[in-house]
Amino acid sequence: MKHDLTIRVCMGTGGMAAGGSEVMKAFKKQVKARGIAADIKKHCHIHKVGCRGLCAKDVLVDIIRKGVRTTYQFIKPSMVEKIIDEHIINGNPVEEWVVGEDYHQFHDKQIKIVLSGCGSVDPEDINSYISADGYKAFKQVISDASPSETIETIKKSGLRGRGGAGFPTGIKWEICSKEKALHKYIICNADEGDPGAFMDRSVIEGNPHAVIEGMIIGAYAIGADKGYVYIRAEYPLAVERLKNALKQARRKNFLGKNILGAKFSFDIKVKLGAGAFVCGEETALIASIEGQRGMPKAKPPFPVYKGLWGKPTVINNVETLANVPYIIRNGAQWYASFGTEKSKGTKVFALTGKIKNSGLIEVPMGIPLRQIIYDIGGGIENNKAFKAVQTGGPSGGCIPAEMLDTPVDFESLAKVGSIVGSGGMVVLDEDNCIVNIAKFFLQFTQSESCGKCTPCRIGTKRLLEILERITSGNGRAGDIELLEDLADAIKATSLCGLGQTAPNPVLSTIRYFREEYEAHITKKKCPAGVCKDLLSYIVLAEFCKGCGACRRVCPAGAISGERKEKHTINPDVCVKCGACFEACKFKAIGKG
Amino acid sequence: MENILEKIRTDYERHEGNIISLLQDIQNEFGYIPEDAVNWFSRQLDIPTSRFFGIATFYSQFHLAPRGKNIITTCCGTACHVKGSERLITGLIKELDLPDGENTTADRRFTIEKVNCVGACSIAPVAVINKKVYGKMTTDSLLKEVKKIRDNT
Repeated sequence: MKHDLTIRVCMGTGGMAAGGSEVMKAFKKQVKARGIAADIKKHCHIHKVGCRGLCAKDVLVDIIRKGVRTTYQFIKPSMVEKIIDEHIINGNPVEEWVVGEDYHQFHDKQIKIVLSGCGSVDPEDINSYISADGYKAFKQVISDASPSETIETIKKSGLRGRGGAGFPTGIKWEICSKEKALHKYIICNADEGDPGAFMDRSVIEGNPHAVIEGMIIGAYAIGADKGYVYIRAEYPLAVERLKNALKQARRKNFLGKNILGAKFSFDIKVKLGAGAFVCGEETALIASIEGQRGMPKAKPPFPVYKGLWGKPTVINNVETLANVPYIIRNGAQWYASFGTEKSKGTKVFALTGKIKNSGLIEVPMGIPLRQIIYDIGGGIENNKAFKAVQTGGPSGGCIPAEMLDTPVDFESLAKVGSIVGSGGMVVLDEDNCIVNIAKFFLQFTQSESCGKCTPCRIGTKRLLEILERITSGNGRAGDIELLEDLADAIKATSLCGLGQTAPNPVLSTIRYFREEYEAHITKKKCPAGVCKDLLSYIVLAEFCKGCGACRRVCPAGAISGERKEKHTINPDVCVKCGACFEACKFKAIGKG
Repeated sequence: MENILEKIRTDYERHEGNIISLLQDIQNEFGYIPEDAVNWFSRQLDIPTSRFFGIATFYSQFHLAPRGKNIITTCCGTACHVKGSERLITGLIKELDLPDGENTTADRRFTIEKVNCVGACSIAPVAVINKKVYGKMTTDSLLKEVKKIRDNT
């Protein structure tokens, strides 16, 4: 059905936080009040769309009028009336609110497969997905392809797991399909626990049916009769849209008994994660679905042989599954034409931190980091200097400026001491302390360590203690070597992926930023001015204009001074958070 | 209380004896996991309390003490961390006058919590107040929201 007028409002978590619901309401109200809806009746369509990536410019609104699309940024309910008057009624877009050059730059170098539906498909309406060729891949598979032919297509496409380890998906499916068992399971791992990553959330919020379709095709290929989506309870909107999508799929008989008349029955259940990072690990995830503490088990046996309730189980990440319908529809060769020799296709990254165009991006594997940071990301915020980019979250590492030409694929990132991981990409600038970042990740992995194996439980604790003493000014000679030694031992002897990768942030930062560690230990200085015990803040009287900006942002109430008079910081109350330093427009706050 | 627990028990049997689901149900009813409820289930199902507490303390979702009426969660993910989320927490602790190690105010009006990541990194730093996500927060804007809640309830 073609609409003469389509209004799309971005309503992912980012869009809603920026006021997406209110903007949507305003459009609905105005369109009704002006009689536009009555005028063109069925030809007017207002709907929600999921995240299209550039959340920093939310609320984003598309107006498609007579086939021409215009995108607006930073839309507030108060702006709706003008858009309706000038654009929708009179056909003159409100130029000042239309997205600028950077919006297009952000999208130019991207190739969207997984995210192709995010931003156009209404995530709460199965018909919207179906009219965009949704469920066509599944129909094609169930009527024309045997399970083994389906697996062959996935193998040829070169698709590798997008959850971190990069295991070839087709091979995983093939092994499981050959196992003989009364029941088999397919699990979608949506326990996106990496701090700094939100790809899976956005895909489920933006296009839940693509994930469901991928799961159904996977189930058909391996012979599973039941599926689970293990999803974080911290993602309420994604859970709601997923449950709604499952209901709709059941109603259309894409799920249930004898699906579309075939001898294939399959249904999917949603399991809410109870908040444990380690449950992203396959065997821990299985234990959690079974209702136990989520502690990993030794492998082998791998879940494909002995998984949930002891039955053969395939566990795939959200993004992996969302790729499947597109591969089936367009062919393995089409998919394999993107990417590098060993890493095929595209990868979704959450580009965040100190970057101008922060958001969700999808790029072909093998694209140089530099293009991601400078062309798509638009460079560093506030024109500061680039310091490093952290990829792969707590299991990954920091990549410095001199390595920016590294292509982004599984092999190349591993070579420079980091990983693709699930796709978090956090940009650090000159104001970030690299030792502090390493400590941040160790705090995370240490508290998330399940405690089952000693190297991880005690090793990460010791690593953290050493980092704490370095950042508090008590570092000792030989601490760096001790860190390296301990890190190697933890990597070599931990039971699961959490422990085996937990030292990566430490090792990679020592590798590229050794002098910064040394400055903390020998000079007792934090060059970036972050580590609180190694610095103090003062007001530089000659620059202070007495504007009060610092006093207002100080969370501790440590700054005093009358308006237009010099201010002072009380060092006994100061919590050294640096808020005053950032707030001062006159560079009148000194730290050191 | 007994009636509620009885109902949860029937659901437990439907949930294939899943203790995590059982604890989630208890928490949905009471807002936390009361010790009495665990003791009751332990007797009824003949499962040692240590198994319940073992699971409840393993997952960060479960709370063993009552929480405040308003929940303010600050995100401590990587993006929020590099954008200064720690400041938000310092500001909150001071504003709510929380003693060391406490996260609920004495009048149980507010509880502050940290979360590893809410996945809204491009609008960091993020705070979640009573399930609504607020992006690009400063200490100032966060405390304004707290004051709004204070004045309206």
